[in-house]
Amino acid sequence: MKIEGKKRLWQDYQKEIATDNYFYARSCIRQNFFPASEKTFLRVMREELNKDVYEDPRHTTCSGIVYHSDLVTMDTTMTVIARQFSLMTESGRKNYVPSCITSFGLYTEVLEMWEHFPELETKAREMLWKATGREFEKPENVAHASDIIYKFRNEIASRGKFRLVNHRTGQPLRGVEHIGCHYSKMFPHKGVGGAEYPYVLVGMIEAFGGEVVDYPERRHCCGFGFRQYVVKANRGFSISSSRKKFESMAPYKPDFILTNCPGCPYFLDRWQYAISEMEGVTYGENGYGIPVLTYEELAGLVLGYDPWDLGLQTHQVSVEPLLEKMGIPYNPATKYLGAQGQDLGRPEKPSVLKVY
Amino acid sequence: MKHVVVIGGGVAGMEASAKLSEMGVAVSIVEKADKLGGKLNRWDRLFPNSRPASDLLAKLQSGMGKDIRKYVNAEVSSVRQSLKQFDIALSNGEDFKADAILISTGFDVFDAHRKEEYGYGIYDNVITSADLEKTFRKGETLKTASGKKPQRVGIIHCVGSRDEKAGNNYCSKVCCITAVKQAIEIKEQNPEAEVFCFYMDLRMYDRHFETIYKEAQVKHGIQFIRGRLSEAFENADGSVMLKAEDTLLGKPLKINVDMVVLMAGMVPSSGNRVKEQLNLTVAEDGFFNVADAHYESSGTNVPGVFVAGACTGPKTMENTINEARSAALAIKEYLR
Ligand code: SF4
Repeated sequence: MKIEGKKRLWQDYQKEIATDNYFYARSCIRQNFFPASEKTFLRVMREELNKDVYEDPRHTTCSGIVYHSDLVTMDTTMTVIARQFSLMTESGRKNYVPSCITSFGLYTEVLEMWEHFPELETKAREMLWKATGREFEKPENVAHASDIIYKFRNEIASRGKFRLVNHRTGQPLRGVEHIGCHYSKMFPHKGVGGAEYPYVLVGMIEAFGGEVVDYPERRHCCGFGFRQYVVKANRGFSISSSRKKFESMAPYKPDFILTNCPGCPYFLDRWQYAISEMEGVTYGENGYGIPVLTYEELAGLVLGYDPWDLGLQTHQVSVEPLLEKMGIPYNPATKYLGAQGQDLGRPEKPSVLKVY
Repeated sequence: MKHVVVIGGGVAGMEASAKLSEMGVAVSIVEKADKLGGKLNRWDRLFPNSRPASDLLAKLQSGMGKDIRKYVNAEVSSVRQSLKQFDIALSNGEDFKADAILISTGFDVFDAHRKEEYGYGIYDNVITSADLEKTFRKGETLKTASGKKPQRVGIIHCVGSRDEKAGNNYCSKVCCITAVKQAIEIKEQNPEAEVFCFYMDLRMYDRHFETIYKEAQVKHGIQFIRGRLSEAFENADGSVMLKAEDTLLGKPLKINVDMVVLMAGMVPSSGNRVKEQLNLTVAEDGFFNVADAHYESSGTNVPGVFVAGACTGPKTMENTINEARSAALAIKEYLR
């Protein structure tokens, strides 16, 4: 593979990413799946980078999850999004930062639609006014939260305590990345690096000292794909998609999988357990599976945050092998203690997949 | 003596110049490359009869007598119409008056990098039909990046043609038959190789094309799969995984090949700077409009400016030569 070819392409897909004054919108599902990722994003932005990030507890879903399940119409979606923008306007912020990839895709889609069909924007304004009496300004910049971490990847790396390097051998750790479909597949120029060879996560891995491994099924669906999982009868498609990816990446012996979407890390993490139970097969070293991280978790590890504060104990695949390679200390005794020190209990041990 | 300036020294420009000169017209031919012949210089053998391209080139060159003024490494830098004449300045500092202009600027090969999902310029073993022809022309054997003879080759039709995403919804007309020709040539070099052509429709419209297509299947065992490639990916060993749908079987398909050849289509020549200066119109595909699609295919919207060859859309060598002759006649008539 010719890296120069990729670099040439990456130059064509540089997007504008605001550097401050953010309105942050959380995902509907991430706090359940990876409970500390969004908190970590805010911590990195506010405490490490001194950025102004505003959140409004009144914000709702963007409606993406129901829009992509065909349960609401575009009119409803546009009105919901108009309301989100009105909260941003009220806060005085100009730059909209969704935590969710599907939201990012949907905001981008709606703004593009309004650009090409201004009558739809007028309609959305009317509907919002009738329903809530609110008005809004469109954001000056919409960037996904992973774009923001990408933007500040070098600052994070320079403040970091750990690197994506095997601390015993000095060798870069090998990561595979998986980009959420709605990040740039619809609008390649809205994603760092475009749709076919996105750079947003690659740039982070490189800045943090790691090495990126490209593998044949990189573009394949993670296994979420909304209807593949949301419609119960389709779940075979979901797990077989994830399995296809694991089979394809395993020969490259990745040390970790990095993701930027709510669904991807969940399915790539949990299905490793399900496949091990169904087929007796595990991927990764010594039967432990391949650890899966969100980009905020990775940034937090690099910055030296306690792995359990990052919520890594809620992952199905144990992250300890990665922590050990990076030389990150962790305390097994506090792994399942809550924020107030209360015992959270222990998950049941899988029968095949090894866990710490 | 009337003077015609021919812009573009490829097949159309050469043939039209020769015919105009034969008819007693003074001709200046301007070519931006360092020699005449255009894309014909890059071909090894031509369909439909495997004739060496050099043979046809020699024939065209034989018509380029010394009466024809030839300007190579030169481009038209400005052109202005004054009454019934044109003032033309070249990039090399020459300038002259012309009574008529023939535009024969041909086409550009579609930049296959733009089909990012096929990995041209990124995967080691993805090449274009133009690259393959160059290999044949040099008399070399097709080899993978690691120097091995490929045992499985995938040929992908319609790369940058009939493709809304690439912005070109027209058919490039010659790539289907070029694919069949090149597939046979790969098999001639290595009869053991398996060759798969992924096509949308096979446009075997011209004389002998169907015969060659049949020969490709019956004699050489080349496999034709009706399905457009969705993506390509490089495997750890440098081979390429292709994903497509076999639309005749109605099934998704995934195969590994050692090499991929992209049949890059034709796009309007980027060198057509005269377009704006002469107020010439182009159609929605970017190629020049002609005065009358049925009856006056050499004329344009500007009297005294004529066109021939692939600057008005993809076409075969044979059609290009016929158009060049027809344009020469139309110019001669105009100059009367
Ligand atoms: S000639 Fe064939 S390969 Fe070329 S654009 Fe037309 S259909 Fe596609």
